[in-house]
Amino acid sequence: MPALTVSALRKAYGATEALKGVDLEVGEGELFGLLGPNGAGKSTLVKIACGLVRPTSGTATVTGALGYLAELFRFPDWATADEVLTLHQQLAHSDGGAGERARLLELVGLGGEAGRRVGAMSKGMQQRLGLGQAMVGAPRLLLLDEPTSALDPAGRHTVRALLERLRADGVSVLLNSHLLSEIELVCDRVAIIARGELVAAGTPAELSTAGGVEVDTAAGTRHWPDASKEDAPHIVAELVAAGEPVYGVRVLRSSLEDAYLAAVGGE
Amino acid sequence: MTVLARFAIKEALRRRVFTVVAVLTAGFLVLYALGVWQAFKITGDLGAGVRGVNPDTVVGATMFGLAMFATLFLGVVLAVFLTLGAIRGDAERGLLQPLLVRPVTRRELFSSRLLAAGGVSAAYVFGVYLVAMVLTGLIGGWWPGSFVAAGLQLALAVVVVTVLSLAGSVVLASTANGIAVFMAFGTGLTAGLLGQIASALNSGTLGSVADVVSYALPFEALYQSALHDITASSASGFTRFALQLGPLGGAQDGGPGLWLWALAYLGLVTAAALAAFRRVDL
Repeated sequence: MPALTVSALRKAYGATEALKGVDLEVGEGELFGLLGPNGAGKSTLVKIACGLVRPTSGTATVTGALGYLAELFRFPDWATADEVLTLHQQLAHSDGGAGERARLLELVGLGGEAGRRVGAMSKGMQQRLGLGQAMVGAPRLLLLDEPTSALDPAGRHTVRALLERLRADGVSVLLNSHLLSEIELVCDRVAIIARGELVAAGTPAELSTAGGVEVDTAAGTRHWPDASKEDAPHIVAELVAAGEPVYGVRVLRSSLEDAYLAAVGGE
Repeated sequence: MTVLARFAIKEALRRRVFTVVAVLTAGFLVLYALGVWQAFKITGDLGAGVRGVNPDTVVGATMFGLAMFATLFLGVVLAVFLTLGAIRGDAERGLLQPLLVRPVTRRELFSSRLLAAGGVSAAYVFGVYLVAMVLTGLIGGWWPGSFVAAGLQLALAVVVVTVLSLAGSVVLASTANGIAVFMAFGTGLTAGLLGQIASALNSGTLGSVADVVSYALPFEALYQSALHDITASSASGFTRFALQLGPLGGAQDGGPGLWLWALAYLGLVTAAALAAFRRVDL
C-alpha cells in the first residue's frame, strides 16, 4: 500500500488555482522528490497531505503515522531541544523516552545540545531540531518541506546521510526542495509541478536524456551529439585509426536541472 | 489535551508572565489595603453617622465592590494577553503547524488553550477576590455575609472573556483581537451602566438595550450579580438603602438563569469558534 496517495487534488484560493488536479503516489520506503518553481503548489500539496489545508476537491491519503517539517516553522524560543522533543513525544504517544530523544538529536547532529534553548540556536540548528521533531514516534511517512534551506553544506550532507538511512529503514519520504542536485542525489523518483499541474514524473534517470558523446583529443574536445553509449568504442577506434590521440571519453546525459527547465518552460 | 494545556502554562511560567502578574497584583493589593484602612479610619473619625445606617457595612461593601471591579479588570487583562494570539497569531509565526500534524485535533488544541488560559485567569480572579475580602475584613472588620457564589460568578465572568478572546484569535490577528476584546469589555460595562440608569429612570428602551447587550456579553451581568450577592447578603434596612445610593448599589441579581446562560454561552462561542477554526487553512 502506498504511504501517500494523492488523487485529482485541487485547491483554489479564490480565483487562483494552486493545484489543478494532481495525482501521485509515494511508495513504501521510497524517497520521492517534489520539484517546481515558487508558487507551483508544492507546499500546498504537502500541507493538504498534513491536514493543515483543506482541498477544494480530490484526496490526499496518508497510510500510517506522519512526520512533518514545515518550510516556515518555529518552536517556542523558551523551550530547550529536549523539551520540544518531549512535547512531540507526548503528542505522538511515543514511548521512546529519553533514549529516543538522545538518538534523534544525535541523528540530526545536535548531540550534546539537548539543554540548549531554541532561542539560543542558529537557524540551521533549529532546522535540524525540526527534522528531529518530524521523526519523533518513528513515522512511516515524512513530509519534508525545504528541509535544508537553512543548512550549510555540512548540514546538507548530514541530511542526505539521514535520508539514506531512513530509506534503509523503510521510511517513505516526500522531499520538497529547490535544490535539484540534492534531489538528484538521493531521490528514487521525482515529480515536477508547475502552475499547479504535474508536468513530469519518473526516476532521475528517466527524466534526464541522452546528450551524446564527448572526446578529448589533441585537437581539442569534439562532440557527437547524436551518439549513444554504445557508439563510444567505435568513435574512439575511428579516431585512433586516423592517428588522433585520445585523452578522454565522456558519455553525456542531460542533468535533472535540464529536465526541470524543459518541464517548467524556463520559469 | 492536558499535554498542551500544561505546555501553555509552562510557557507562561518561563516567560515570567506569572511573576509580573504576581508583583503587580501585590502592588494593587497594597494600594487597596491602604485605601480600605483610610476609608474605615475617616468613617470612624466621623462618628456614628446617620441613624439606622451601619457605616462600616457601607464602607466595607463599597470598597470591596470596587476591589471586585479591579480584580475583574486585572483578570481580563491576564486572560486577553494569554489568548490574543493563540490561534491565528501562533499559526502566522509557524508555531501551530508542527503541533497539529501530530494526532492532535483542532478541537483538542482549542480546548487545551481554553483550559489553560481560562483556568489560570479564573483561579487568579478568585484568589485576588479572596485576598481583597480578607484584607477588608482584617483592616475594617467587615465581612460579606456570603462570598463563594459571588467569587465564582466573578471567575466565570473572566472565563467568558477568555473564550471570547480565544474565539477572536481564530479569525483576527493578535493586535486586532486584543483591541476587539477590550472594546467588547468596555461595551459590556457600558451596558451595565445603561441598565442601572434605565432602572433609575424607569426607561424601557434603555433597559431593553442593556438586556440585549447583557445576553450578548454576559460577563457584565455576572459581575453585577456577584456585587448584588455581596451587598444583599451584608446589609438590610437603611444600610442597604444607603448602599443602593452608591455607585455599586444598583447591581442586578442574575439568579440561576444567568449561570445557565453563561455556561450555554461558553458552549455556543466555543462551537462557533471551532466551526471557524476547522475552515481555516494553516
